Amino acid sequence: MNLEDLADITEAVAAAAESRRHCVRVCMAASCQSCGSGEVLEGLQTQAKQNADDGVCIKPVGCMGLCSAGPLVSVDSDQPATALLYQDVTVDDTEDLYHSLGDQPVERLRCRTDVPFFARQQKVVLENSGIIDPEQIDDYIAAGGYRSLMRAVTEMSREEVLREVKESGLRGRGGGGYPAGLKWATVAMAPEPHKYVICNADEGDPGAFMDRAVLESDPHRVLEGMALAGYAVGAEHAYIYIRAEYPLAVERLKTAIKQATKKGLLGRRICETALSFEVEVRLGAGAFVCGEETALMASIEGRRGQPRPRPPYPAEEGLWKCPTLINNVETLANIPAIVGKGGAWFKSIGTENSTGTKVFALAGRIANSGLIEVPMGIPLREIVHEIGGGIPDGRRFKAVQTGGPSGGCLPEQFLDMPVEYDTLRSAGSIMGSGGMIVMDETSSMVDVARYFMEFCMDESCGKCVPCRAGTVQLYGLLDKIADGEATPSDLELLEELCDVVQATSLCGLGQTAPNPVLSTLRYFRHEYEEKLRPESERMPRMQIVTLDD
Amino acid sequence: MLMDRQTTERRAALAPPDDDKRWKIVNVTMRRNGYSGHALIETLHTVQNCFGYLEDRSLRYVAMSLGLPLSKVYGVATFYHLFTLKPQGNHTCVICTGTACYIKGSRELSTAIEDRYSVKPGQTTKDNELSVLSARCIGSCGLAPTVVLDGKVLGQMTPAELIDEIEEVV
Ligand SMILES: Cc1cc2nc3c(=O)[nH]c(=O)nc-3n(C[C@H](O)[C@H](O)[C@H](O)COP(=O)(O)O)c2cc1C
Ligand code: SF4
Ligand code: FES
Ligand code: FES
Repeated sequence: MNLEDLADITEAVAAAAESRRHCVRVCMAASCQSCGSGEVLEGLQTQAKQNADDGVCIKPVGCMGLCSAGPLVSVDSDQPATALLYQDVTVDDTEDLYHSLGDQPVERLRCRTDVPFFARQQKVVLENSGIIDPEQIDDYIAAGGYRSLMRAVTEMSREEVLREVKESGLRGRGGGGYPAGLKWATVAMAPEPHKYVICNADEGDPGAFMDRAVLESDPHRVLEGMALAGYAVGAEHAYIYIRAEYPLAVERLKTAIKQATKKGLLGRRICETALSFEVEVRLGAGAFVCGEETALMASIEGRRGQPRPRPPYPAEEGLWKCPTLINNVETLANIPAIVGKGGAWFKSIGTENSTGTKVFALAGRIANSGLIEVPMGIPLREIVHEIGGGIPDGRRFKAVQTGGPSGGCLPEQFLDMPVEYDTLRSAGSIMGSGGMIVMDETSSMVDVARYFMEFCMDESCGKCVPCRAGTVQLYGLLDKIADGEATPSDLELLEELCDVVQATSLCGLGQTAPNPVLSTLRYFRHEYEEKLRPESERMPRMQIVTLDD
Repeated sequence: MLMDRQTTERRAALAPPDDDKRWKIVNVTMRRNGYSGHALIETLHTVQNCFGYLEDRSLRYVAMSLGLPLSKVYGVATFYHLFTLKPQGNHTCVICTGTACYIKGSRELSTAIEDRYSVKPGQTTKDNELSVLSARCIGSCGLAPTVVLDGKVLGQMTPAELIDEIEEVV
């Protein structure tokens, strides 16, 4: 493969598209598949066959974003925002839908696209999502794919690739927000000849599905990002560590690796150069802590996924004691665009200290649930009330939870805050990997804190005492408070214990486990206090408790 | 990483517990990884995919084949949530307990199942028909609350709908 071959493929795909009158895209990402998009796809294909019409192309594509309205079908445009879009399509609708092509749209199925949900987004990572067929490498190539890799390995030095990534200001999208360029430079400078690249696709945050959607919708983008990383840091072997709970993403990834290897874009002697880059898939087995980088590496080595103290950081001593670059899926998915369009272009999006866009998974009590990509710095209100369409059932907004079990809940007063790494942190939450769970007045914040503590308690790997025992204690206290059986001294103990667990745990899981408690205490303290009854009323309840025990 | 050929051949010569064809698939996984101890998790995935759970004799066979102490194999098998050492019922219902599903009522779904079949997540009914499990986010949060019934994802479930769906299969 060389640049000319890529151009030939692009031309062939374009010519095939020209010869067709209509292109109907059916979302075949996991969420839509689970509400029956597979049958819709088959139904449309049957229609096409029955009508013996080769002027219509029926194409399976990735996530179009508005998953809560799935199955989604788009007609005749390569941008969902401008396409004719249909929602909640069933197999019974396919006949009408097929016969309406080029004629009046089927009004009863129409999904409005002139709404902020589509108009306010800015897509970089998701630019091909919902447009290309994730199982066809030619589709990705026709959309401009693998150009960055080709150019990098034939025309750019490693230092030049590194310079673009540094210049871009890209920060890790997996939670920590560490500057990608700095991490890459450390690995690149390591003297050892043998190095690894790891793509962290564990996505353990409950309520987050950004990485899943990227892998299911545009797997080649992640592979290209990984290969660029391998070139820049000097690594020839790579692993993708992905959750076994994401079978469709695993399958598409494996298909993509095979296709790219066959075309000489991965594997030995990539892009007709002397360079090699081999990618292997490793399955997780359902342990949240395995998203932590040192635990992840232990798991790839076939051991229990328990973290170890850092330093040494993976960049110095990682997989099999070799220098290892470990990045999140979304971080890597940004790389082809950064190398292709330049670091300066990327830096022009977003804010000074949080450049680029961010993909968020919007869920919970919100009208439009799904996947969105917006420039960093966008006010929270715009995400919740405009793009998300506000709170359904006439209820009131109460809080939005960001950053998963390591994050916190932000109340109404922060709605006008720009969403970026530092502002979120100063408000007592974090960006995390991009899960956003919206809550209305029916959610109890004490319950939410207890929920996350239960999660951390279950997921603690048990290696260090503050986390193993501390999360159990914290959970017990929260449970007592939620059940209205606690005293003011329990609340004091809760706060004290939060500090201890935060300060003395070995890895990020324990260190951040108290965050949801601390942030709800900060903004919803009255909810905790309401649960503490005055002494006189508590006596009978105490008796019940002892009887129950 | 790779072992010398002799070791590989010796390990490969170990006889499986019985002549079930599925052991061949397990052997392929181990061979592909050169019978290296690093392949343990991959191998356990294969065993569980083939046999449904990790039986004691499977774990022993894997330990011997990969040259690992049995304690390590058990340590790994019990550390990861997805591995199960108990056989499952004829049907499985996995309730998502991720944040989005929790906020949208996954607890009511578990309660409904418990009321109807007297089993909690992690348990199997006495007649071995239904195993109820819980998962931490299956990544379809836009459709919360979700359950996975015999591998099929069902979204936006209400307790009544869920019971209907289960009644249909068991
Ligand atoms: C308990 C815990 C769980 C984590 N889970 C994930 C995860 O699921 N996905 C991820 O990319 N990073 C996760 N991380 C962060 C990784 O350790 C690591 O920082 C990240 O993969 C680096 O990539 P980035 O710099 O591109 O963000 C987790 C960290 C901790 C402490
Ligand atoms: S903080 Fe918790 S998860 Fe992390 S190493 Fe300690 S026990 Fe394990
Ligand atoms: S999965 Fe179809 S729109 Fe997201
Ligand atoms: S929280 Fe249930 S699918 Fe994500």
